[in-house]
Amino acid sequence: MTELVVGTKKGLFLLEGDPASGFEIKTRAFAGQPVDFATRDPRSGRLLAAVTSPFFGPKIFFTDGDGDGEWEQAGGVELPEGGDQALERIWVIAPGAADGALYAGGDPGVLFESHDGGTGWQINAGLWEQPSRPQWQPGGGGLCVHSICTWPGDPDRLAVAVSAAGIWLTEDGGRSWRRGNGGLNPRYLPEEALKDENAGRCVHHVERAPMRPERLFMQFHGGVYRSDDAGESWTDIGGGGLPSDFGFPLMVDPGDPDSAYVIPLVADTDRVMPGGRVRVYETRDAGASWAERGEGLPAEHAYLTVLRQAFSRAGSGEQLELFFGATSGDLFVSGDAGATWTTAATRLPPVYSVVAV
Amino acid sequence: MPRVAVVCVRGPLRKLAGGRAEQELGGSTVYELLRALELRHPELGGWILDERGLVRRHINVYVNGERGSEETAVRSADRVEVLPAITGG
Repeated sequence: MTELVVGTKKGLFLLEGDPASGFEIKTRAFAGQPVDFATRDPRSGRLLAAVTSPFFGPKIFFTDGDGDGEWEQAGGVELPEGGDQALERIWVIAPGAADGALYAGGDPGVLFESHDGGTGWQINAGLWEQPSRPQWQPGGGGLCVHSICTWPGDPDRLAVAVSAAGIWLTEDGGRSWRRGNGGLNPRYLPEEALKDENAGRCVHHVERAPMRPERLFMQFHGGVYRSDDAGESWTDIGGGGLPSDFGFPLMVDPGDPDSAYVIPLVADTDRVMPGGRVRVYETRDAGASWAERGEGLPAEHAYLTVLRQAFSRAGSGEQLELFFGATSGDLFVSGDAGATWTTAATRLPPVYSVVAV
Repeated sequence: MPRVAVVCVRGPLRKLAGGRAEQELGGSTVYELLRALELRHPELGGWILDERGLVRRHINVYVNGERGSEETAVRSADRVEVLPAITGG
């Protein structure tokens, strides 16, 4: 049995089932409110939801129940008082490597950390006080920390991605940070601007290969990249069979560090599936080649958009299950590592995030 | 000498304000009143005023029926209503 925690434009949905027999909606919470990201911490069983009320601002709520009852507001999810910025949105919540540790990334370029399972949060001062911060440029979705890559077994090592301030790495638990943008080629910038390390590096999504943690895969704003040195430098792997190297979602197989999946969109000027065909692309050779996967997915006149947090996984290897939701409200699942797909739900509100537990 | 005004909230703000739709608070401006409201009900922190001390973009504040802002002066017995903005259409 797999649980899908689905954040949408109009609330949180919890579905249960499996790819073979289908999924059923069990719970809807935060009716009518944008749930930008939601997850269940598999260690504690706690549900956490990032909700951005258009009236009352972004908050993180949590519950140790089944999601139907009362939720509590987490404390400390705010910027320092008296500054000239306000928290705009929480983009992602990720379990840390240490017991009880959680991280949350948000706009404007902010990382929060919790050491009590998500009840209380503190801003990560090391990233917040980066001297270059005034020069950071926002991406189309804002100045968002959207990818948080923990290092299995080592709480001190972390990589985060900021759109469009690039990759930031720490090896001391977040006290100090340095850039990790070597090899990235922002084709949207003039060549002369590449010397400026503050010029926008529009990273769209990053995932770490858990079995080989020095390896990361990245979907860039034009380009798919791989790093084999823990994010210091990057190699373009976006050729070799992809219809486009633009997109947002990316997933890895935790059982195989050579395997990754992307869902390309046409281009930044046309953010829909190429040719109106819903397709996932898989590499089994660390990006040297990509193969189309999509049996069972809509194959014509399906101009869907999948957002960066709306792709998830469960299991690994031959038993890898993949899940993604679209802004059309469709939710697709695969129980055989992307070879075949079924539709788990239709006519949901626009899907912002999917997490399989 | 701070003036005592009546602050009115509704919806989820009322729940966070201990279920009270109206309460008397001291302050010379809308900002001071809203800070006093947060002090009395810490659960309201961040819901009306953001980290900059500004009323959130889609919340309106009315003083005796007139649209106000953080700096609007408040006199004794004034009625200050905090309302989510009506949007859309």
